[in-house]
Amino acid sequence: MSRKKGNDKVFNLVNGLIMVIVCIFIAYPLWYVLIASITDSAIVNSGKLLVLPEKIFLGGYKKILGYKPIWTGYLNTIKYTVAGTAVSIATTVPCAYALSRKDLAGRKLISVLFTFTMFFNGGIIPLYLVINKLGIYNTIFAMILPSAVSVYNLIVCRSFFDSNVPNELVEAAKIDGGNDFDIFFKIVLPISSTIIAVMILFYATSIWNSFMNALMFMGDQEKMPLQVILRNLILSNQASSVLSAGTDMIERMKLAEQLKYGVIVVSALPLLIVYPFVQKYFAKGVMIGAVKG
Amino acid sequence: MKFKKAIVHNWRLYVLMLPALIWLIIFAYYPMYGLLISFKDYKGALGIMGSPWAKPIWKHFAEFFTTSIAGNVIRNTLVLSFLTILFSFPIPIVFAILLNQLNGKRKRKLIQTVSYAPYFISNVVVVSILNVICAPSGFVNTIIKGIIGRPLLLMSSAEYFRTMYIVSNIWQTMGFSAIVYIAALTGISPDYYEAAIMDGATKLQRIRHIDLPLIMPTIIIMLVLALGNVMTIGYEKVYLMQAGTNTQVSEIISTYVYKVGLQNAQYSFATAVGLFNSVVNFLILMAANVVAKKTSDISIF
Repeated sequence: MSRKKGNDKVFNLVNGLIMVIVCIFIAYPLWYVLIASITDSAIVNSGKLLVLPEKIFLGGYKKILGYKPIWTGYLNTIKYTVAGTAVSIATTVPCAYALSRKDLAGRKLISVLFTFTMFFNGGIIPLYLVINKLGIYNTIFAMILPSAVSVYNLIVCRSFFDSNVPNELVEAAKIDGGNDFDIFFKIVLPISSTIIAVMILFYATSIWNSFMNALMFMGDQEKMPLQVILRNLILSNQASSVLSAGTDMIERMKLAEQLKYGVIVVSALPLLIVYPFVQKYFAKGVMIGAVKG
Repeated sequence: MKFKKAIVHNWRLYVLMLPALIWLIIFAYYPMYGLLISFKDYKGALGIMGSPWAKPIWKHFAEFFTTSIAGNVIRNTLVLSFLTILFSFPIPIVFAILLNQLNGKRKRKLIQTVSYAPYFISNVVVVSILNVICAPSGFVNTIIKGIIGRPLLLMSSAEYFRTMYIVSNIWQTMGFSAIVYIAALTGISPDYYEAAIMDGATKLQRIRHIDLPLIMPTIIIMLVLALGNVMTIGYEKVYLMQAGTNTQVSEIISTYVYKVGLQNAQYSFATAVGLFNSVVNFLILMAANVVAKKTSDISIF
């Protein structure tokens, strides 16, 4: 008996240690970028920066504030996210409800038609041709329509209605003379705020983060979302373009280094600030989806 | 007749479905019709129907397989995908099980919340973070210098591309993928544990004989789904991680399709390559599903 207790003690100790390592593995890169963005880049480059910021220097942020493309990108991203999320909710939620109704003729077939596209699709070139044909290339519609419905989200949403809208409720409403519109808008929607929150969250993050759509379906630099601007600045090494000419060489290099960290913080921050408040919906959504799969 | 009546009776439900159905037709099935151009010599002015058939009809497929790059690109796709599944698939399961054994509900909740935060972060930001922390001056290289005495070119050399891709993939998805397993574990009746504790089972024994068998159905479904995406994963991130110096391992089918298709405008050829990719992917999914059904009676359809 005592050997077994000893076993568990060792297990708990090792397990606790693993969890600490996991947390550091997850959180440290984010923390490091944050402190590097406000520390003098000489210290960052020397590799001495570890836990707390030293020699606070905010020059990078000052430059970012004055660099217009980032803010245009921000504005574009907000536009696309708000409009896209609205369109996605308006298409996904009513459809999911209709598909959850057992008395809907053809419901199996329509579900299969949706699910099939999760595993097989035309690919990017045919989609690109469709977008050109519709004449929406380089417009906001190219950013929001191709991915307006996520079949995974549709399934999550349908599962919610399957298990949260009892058949009796629908039957009772019908007896009271309500038609399907009344039932959906006046009875079902008011008790579905959870799933709507989940859907807003899923769609908004995916649009906010989307990058390839913009690269493929947008042309003008002024219409690019934040993700594309960020990628140009950091991954294509154009960070120094933020700096106006005339700054001297050493100052320039110093700033260019720090700017990279600052730009990452500026682009990731909004989501990470919202995250603690919305994360419970996130987990909820995944679990609703997991019930049915 | 009955069917027709049912449709008329529920017409409002079809109206509710209409926007999504229109989307499905235009943005999901109409592009599938566009796949035809992989068997044609597509000319924009002639349209899909008007463009002449390729001669022979499999011309573009044959062309792909005769290019020197085909073998390399296919191999890169398969190696990267299977390595990702090999590492990114089991780790969330282990994490979920260990987290479930941790004492203290609040502690568990906190760690779980931290663990799936990276899932919120875009690929562009993730690759940007990788670039700065793995630069010769970043902290990753500070640690490496401490161990082997010199920094490594982690982001630009082909040697480390797969490692970097997989480690960052684990960072992005570990917590998120664990959610379903954690949910499955919380659903296990405490009776099982109580009985096991009465019999003097250690925590490890409880994991082996209670946790694992009971979450096995979830594991199998998730594995089939993961295999179903084997050829499509990570296209955006791989593209972002490509540097001129690592393309010999980082060029995968989907990034290749993007480049020859949209950057070089070889529509028919790129569509053929993409179609090959989708078909292989679909076959792998079907095979995985059949195996799962035979061995455990679990199917995603």
